[in-house]
Amino acid sequence: MYKIVKKENLSTNIFSMDVLAPLVAQSAQPGQFVIVIADEKGERVPLTICDYDKEKGTVTIVAQSIGCSTKKMAQFNEGEYFHDFVGPLGQPSEYVNEDINELKKKKVLFVAGGVGTAPVYPQARWFHEKGIDVDVIIGAKTKDLIILEDKMRKVAGNLYIATDDGSYGFKGMIPSLIEDLVVNQGKKYDLIVCIGPMIMMKFVCIMTKKLGIKTIVSMNPIMVDGTGMCGACRITVGDETKFACVDGPEFDGHLVDFDEALRRQAQYKNEEAEKNGEHVCTCHKGGAN
Amino acid sequence: MNRFERVQISEQSPEVRSHNFEEVCLGYTEEEAVAEAKRCLQCKNPQCVTKCPVSINIPEFIHEIAEGNFGKAAKILAKYTALPAVCGRVCPQEVQCESKCVLGNKGDAVAIGKLERFAADWGRDHDVEVAEAKESNGHKVAVIGSGPAGITCAGDLAKEGYDVTIYEALHKPGGVLVYGIPEFRLPKDTVVKHEIRNLKKLGVKIKTNVIVGRTVTIDDLFDKGKYDAVFVGSGAGLPKFMGIPGENYNGVFSANEFLTRNNLMKAYEDGYDTPIKVGSKVAVVGGGNVAMDAARTAKRLGAEVWIVYRRSEEELPARVEEVHHAKEEGINFELLTNPTEIIGDEKGWVKGIKCVRMELGEPDKSGRRRPIPVKGSEFEFDVDTVIMALGTSPNPLIPSTTEGLEVDKKKCLVADEQGQTSKEGVFAGGDAVTGAATVILAMGAGKEAAAAIDKYING
Ligand SMILES: Cc1cc2nc3c(=O)[nH]c(=O)nc-3n(C[C@H](O)[C@H](O)[C@H](O)COP(=O)(O)OP(=O)(O)OC[C@H]3O[C@@H](n4cnc5c(N)ncnc54)[C@H](O)[C@@H]3O)c2cc1C
Ligand SMILES: Cc1cc2nc3c(=O)[nH]c(=O)nc-3n(C[C@H](O)[C@H](O)[C@H](O)COP(=O)(O)OP(=O)(O)OC[C@H]3O[C@@H](n4cnc5c(N)ncnc54)[C@H](O)[C@@H]3O)c2cc1C
Ligand code: SF4
Ligand code: SF4
Ligand code: FES
Ligand SMILES: [Mg+2]
Repeated sequence: MYKIVKKENLSTNIFSMDVLAPLVAQSAQPGQFVIVIADEKGERVPLTICDYDKEKGTVTIVAQSIGCSTKKMAQFNEGEYFHDFVGPLGQPSEYVNEDINELKKKKVLFVAGGVGTAPVYPQARWFHEKGIDVDVIIGAKTKDLIILEDKMRKVAGNLYIATDDGSYGFKGMIPSLIEDLVVNQGKKYDLIVCIGPMIMMKFVCIMTKKLGIKTIVSMNPIMVDGTGMCGACRITVGDETKFACVDGPEFDGHLVDFDEALRRQAQYKNEEAEKNGEHVCTCHKGGAN
Repeated sequence: MNRFERVQISEQSPEVRSHNFEEVCLGYTEEEAVAEAKRCLQCKNPQCVTKCPVSINIPEFIHEIAEGNFGKAAKILAKYTALPAVCGRVCPQEVQCESKCVLGNKGDAVAIGKLERFAADWGRDHDVEVAEAKESNGHKVAVIGSGPAGITCAGDLAKEGYDVTIYEALHKPGGVLVYGIPEFRLPKDTVVKHEIRNLKKLGVKIKTNVIVGRTVTIDDLFDKGKYDAVFVGSGAGLPKFMGIPGENYNGVFSANEFLTRNNLMKAYEDGYDTPIKVGSKVAVVGGGNVAMDAARTAKRLGAEVWIVYRRSEEELPARVEEVHHAKEEGINFELLTNPTEIIGDEKGWVKGIKCVRMELGEPDKSGRRRPIPVKGSEFEFDVDTVIMALGTSPNPLIPSTTEGLEVDKKKCLVADEQGQTSKEGVFAGGDAVTGAATVILAMGAGKEAAAAIDKYING
């Protein structure tokens, strides 16, 4: 059992939790993820590691409640326990092992969509602590869904906000903002790191390919074990099939077959809707104590 | 009673069982078990034992059943095996112990597996204490993986007084016994859980949710954990795909995904959150135990099922009993048939499978006749789900994060007969070394390694 030592609501349906898991915290690196099982009957839910504290032994996760399992998780409070918490899984971000002086020469832009802002924050902070200022774009449908703005502002060089409905910051989609920055404002980037909904990453990649800027994306296909055992997470990168849980989750976005990935992500849609219905009407949170 | 005829065992009828996940085989009653046990000739030089990888004293435990001393029989089994109720159910007895039974020369071999299962079940139902460990010897051993190899190695070492901790990547211990083999062949809550409880009674600690190579490394176990030796029983869990067009369409699953959702995550039971997708017409590609399990699971979830296998019935690698049960349950067999492409609809969902007929040519390296495509025999049939059960290979995670741990061309860990690997203090056995094999071979390897570890630490 894994204790939730801190919980915070970041918006109406996005919550952050610090979970006590010392072994995971000890080995965690940026770019990796964990799998959480809320209770005895829960499913294995992959979530990006948003932060970790090796001394306290905690790992921070940020999740958006969208279906059966994430809604169940959202009902857990500080002091309660998750049934299982395993990780760190996947490969750490490439830059972690890069020569710091080489990194300093690069201009990096982080692009965060919705709940993807949470894992971008510690990465931007990582650069900030090394004396490198990165630019950050946070995008969301509407103002209420912009999270972690104040924290991000402290570690980012320039912070740009975009909302689809124009309720805050740039009005429009993130790819248009990137185009605006590069083409109209003359910004130069050597690398873009993009984390968010798959559809957003797809369109960002179409734009950055046109602009000729290398783009790393964090893929979030359906996963079961997260250790290479089931193949549910397979995606096509270049001409190869990769298991995102062990080969990724970060890949060169210009090589990813997003249309296939989007299609595969919806594979259990009907079954998920059914589970979601079940959960709403029974609305219990068995197993927690 | 005819000495050459096996006492029949009762089973759920095919019509009933193909709609539920309850165990197919109902086991012997006490009277039936005694009658079957009495057929054993109690050979002075029992050949059956030579083919049991954990050398169970077969005539001895069968003798106790014949005498009605069922608890004693259970205790004898426990001396040799940590998983008698499992092996009695899933061991390929027909090619192991029973293949050497002298009675088999003239009639039916003694039903050694079914008797083993009977004694183990009786022991469990009557709370027979079987576990006894020696006093602690102060040495620590880490075991990676809680499948049959790890369980056996851990159990044997604990009996010798070692302080043993098992590290398991998944959230439940048991390896393939919990995530792969379905409930209708191997009940989890009664059989598997009980055998794991016995292990804990011996003092073995089990830490789930620890992925060695990610959460901790083998070097951490030595340096920080202060273990004297490490046993790697991490299995062969990596699924293979065919590399044919259309394999990433929606509706193509590995058998591991399909079975894990169903068995480990209990998708077939109400109230569990993990979804499973079955479809109405399912092709299962492959001919081993895994293929039979996937096919019979899909059937129970309501689908019409075809096994597609490239060789003939004779070469099916699955246990004879499983093939027989699958046929009884109405699984269709497309033998001498190989898929060449999976066909999708305009939305990218499976709608059919293209296959070619095969014929058998000269024997290949494995001694089995090589299947060759018959020119011009391509055909298609409609399915909405394809399950790939083509075999598995060991996960590279541990060797890739452990310096000095050698693997061979097939990514299997290199270890000698005693389980010694290329790295000092690290032993290995089971599917991680041999590639996908059987429960009892993994147990045999776990046992050998336990003896070797004891020798390594205590000289
Ligand atoms: C590596 C990785 C990192 C992720 N990081 C985060 C994160 O930091 N925060 C966050 O909110 N979400 C994250 N996700 C997505 C998160 O796992 C899903 O939102 C969650 O599993 C949905 O479960 P549900 O039962 O609530 O919703 P459901 O109604 O079951 O599913 C809604 C949608 O979520 C996706 N999904 C469902 N099950 C899974 C699964 N087992 N694995 C992956 N995706 C699934 C599917 O696209 C599905 O249509 C990540 C996914 C991956 C693979
Ligand atoms: C569906 C199916 C049906 C089968 N039917 C039969 C049958 O009828 N009869 C028979 O004899 N055999 C059968 N087999 C084969 C048999 O189950 C295996 O040969 C046997 O389980 C191998 O045992 P093992 O201990 O080597 O590995 P496994 O049982 O595979 O156990 C390995 C364990 O190690 C864990 N692990 C892996 N990597 C790590 C890591 N890095 N850190 C921590 N833990 C890790 C895994 O999660 C797993 O729990 C079947 C296999 C399958 C898949
Ligand atoms: S463990 Fe397997 S091989 Fe050994 S006696 Fe039992 S059924 Fe036979
Ligand atoms: S070979 Fe057959 S008859 Fe002889 S001891 Fe073994 S089981 Fe009994
Ligand atoms: S999640 Fe199972 S192989 Fe990646
Ligand atoms: Mg779900």
